[in-house]
Amino acid sequence: MTTHNSDSIVKTDPSTEIDWTDDGPGETVLLGTKEKLRLACGAELGPFRVSYQTYGTLNADKSNVILVCHALTGDQFAAETHPITGRPGWWARLIGPGKSLDTDRYFILCTNVLGGCMGTTGPMDIDPKSGKPFGLDFPVITIADMVRAQKMLIDELGIEKLFCVTGGSMGAMQVLEWAALYPERVYAAAHIAGTARHTAQNIGFHEVGRQAIVADPDWCEGEYYKHERRPAAGLAVARMAAHITYMSEAALHRKFGRNLNDREALAYGFDADFSVESYLRHQGSTFVDRFDANSYLYITRAMDYFDIAAEHGDGILANVFKNTPVRFGVISFSSDWLFPTSESRRLVHALNAVSASVGFVEIETDAGHDAFLLEEPEFFRSLEGFLNGAAEQLGLNAPTADQK
Amino acid sequence: MNILQAANAGIRSDQRYIADMIEPNARVLDVGCGDGKLLYHLVHEKGVDGRGIELSREGVTACFHLGLSVIQGDAEADLAEYPAASFDYVILSQTLQTIHDIKGVVDQLLRIGHRAIVSFPNFGHWQVRWRLLTRGRAPSTDTLPFGWHDTPNIRIFTILDLLDFCRDQGIGIEKMIALGSNGAEISAGGNIGTRIANLRATQGLLLISRD
Repeated sequence: MTTHNSDSIVKTDPSTEIDWTDDGPGETVLLGTKEKLRLACGAELGPFRVSYQTYGTLNADKSNVILVCHALTGDQFAAETHPITGRPGWWARLIGPGKSLDTDRYFILCTNVLGGCMGTTGPMDIDPKSGKPFGLDFPVITIADMVRAQKMLIDELGIEKLFCVTGGSMGAMQVLEWAALYPERVYAAAHIAGTARHTAQNIGFHEVGRQAIVADPDWCEGEYYKHERRPAAGLAVARMAAHITYMSEAALHRKFGRNLNDREALAYGFDADFSVESYLRHQGSTFVDRFDANSYLYITRAMDYFDIAAEHGDGILANVFKNTPVRFGVISFSSDWLFPTSESRRLVHALNAVSASVGFVEIETDAGHDAFLLEEPEFFRSLEGFLNGAAEQLGLNAPTADQK
Repeated sequence: MNILQAANAGIRSDQRYIADMIEPNARVLDVGCGDGKLLYHLVHEKGVDGRGIELSREGVTACFHLGLSVIQGDAEADLAEYPAASFDYVILSQTLQTIHDIKGVVDQLLRIGHRAIVSFPNFGHWQVRWRLLTRGRAPSTDTLPFGWHDTPNIRIFTILDLLDFCRDQGIGIEKMIALGSNGAEISAGGNIGTRIANLRATQGLLLISRD
C-alpha cells in the first residue's frame, strides 16, 4: 500500500492522450492502473479516476475514518459550498466541528461514485479505447462496483479499516454493500433511509425518469456530447418526477398547498399556475446544470439492480450478515414512503436473526425521504449517539493537537 | 459525558436485583428496556453483550445516545425474529402486565434465552387489596399510580398467579425475589412463605427457565 500524496497521485497516463489532471475541483486519484476493476457485468474498468473530499484530520493509526456515501444525485462535496451551485454541501448540517460527524474527532471521506459526473469516471468521460466520451459504451455498473472502487481508494490511502461507513438512500445501499463485501474493513455501519433491495415501485419511478431522458431528441442515443447538445428537458422531467417521491404528501401540502404562483387567479392555460409546479420546474432546471443525463441513467440502473440478499445470500437477507462483526445502526423516517420504515425493519429483523449488533430507530417527521438531508435534530442526535457509542466501544482516539 | 454519568448513577432497585442475577460477559436481551439505564449498567459494569427492544421512540432515542444496540419494536411482534437460544438471559422488566398474549411472549422469552428474568407489579399487595375492599373502586397506589381508564396494565395478576402459571406451563422457577415498597428484598431474613410475600410485596421478580 502506498501512502497518500495528493501531488503524486494525479498524473498523466502515458498510454493515452488523455489529460488525467483535468478533473475539476477537489482531490482525485487514478486507480486501476496495475489491476483493473472487475465489474459485476463482467467488464473490466481501468485506469479510472475517483474524486473525493475530506474533512477533519486523520489520526496516527488511521482509525478515525468515516466514509460518507452520497445518494443518487449527490456528490463528494458533502460539507462545503458546492463548486457549481454555490449552495452548502448536502450534509453540511451534519459534518463539522462539534457536529454529529465531528471533524474534531473523525476524518470524513466522501467520494463521488463510479459512474458519477463530478470527477470520478463516468459516461461523460473519455473512453481510453476510442478517445471519445464513453456515452452508452460505459459498462453498466452496480452498487457493489461503486463500493469496490471506494475500497481501492482506501487501499491507496493506506486505510486498513473504516471506523464507520454511512449514508442515506443510495448511500445506505453502499453501507450495506460495504458490510457484505468487506466486513473486516468496517467497524460500524450507519444505514439511513435505506433498503436492502430496490422495490418494484422504486424501479418503476426510475424507469419513468430514464424514459423522459431517452425520449428527449437531444439525447441522441446517448451521444449528445459529440453533437454538443444536452437532453436538458428530459433530465429536468426525470428530476421533477423523482423530487415528488422524495417528499411526503403532508410536506408538499405544508409547503405549497394549492397556492398559486405569482398570480391572483387561475390562468386557464398550461403555464405554472400553482406554486408546486413552479417549484418543481425550478428543481428540474437547476439540476441539469450540475448533472449528466447519462450518469443519471447509469446510477438509477445501479440502484434498480440492488438486492443484497440476491447478491450475497441466495435470496435470504439474514444469510448476508451471518457472523458479521459489523455494528449496525439503522435509522428510518416515519413519512418516507420511497424507502419506508418497513424496509428498514426487514433489515433489522434479518440482523436480529443472526444476532448481529443492531440499533434501530424511526424518526418522527413529515419531511418524507428527504428528511435525511434536512434539519432533523432527533436524527442528528441519534446518529451522533450511534457513532459515540461505537467510538467508545472501540476506544477510538481523537487526533492529537500536533496531528491537526 | 453528563448523560453517561446520569445513566450510570441510578438504576431502579428492581433493576439492581436483576443485575445481580446476571453473571459477567453474558449475552443479554432487555425487552422493554426503556431509557436503557439497566442495559447500560450491564454493558459497562458487567461487560455483557447487551441488546434491547423498546416500544417508545423517546426510549430508543435515549438508548441510541448511550450507544446501545437497541431496536424500536414490540415484544409481541418482534421476539419471533430472534433465533432460539441466542441469549443467556432475556429480561422483561415491568412489562408483562402490559402484554396481551402472555403465554406467547413467555414462550418466546424462554425460546430466545436460556433463562428469563421477569419483574412485575404485584396486584396482591395488601394496600391494593385494602383499597379495593374499603373504597370499592379500582385501587391506585404508589407502584400502580394509574387510573382504571388510562392504565397500560391490562393484565391484573399477583405473585401467586404467576407462580401458578409457571407450574401449569412446566416452567421452572430458579429464584423468586419479593420487593417491598422501599425497594428492598422482604424475604431477606429467611424463607418466608409465598402467601406472606404475596401480601407484602409491591413487586415480584422471577428467574425462570425450561432447562
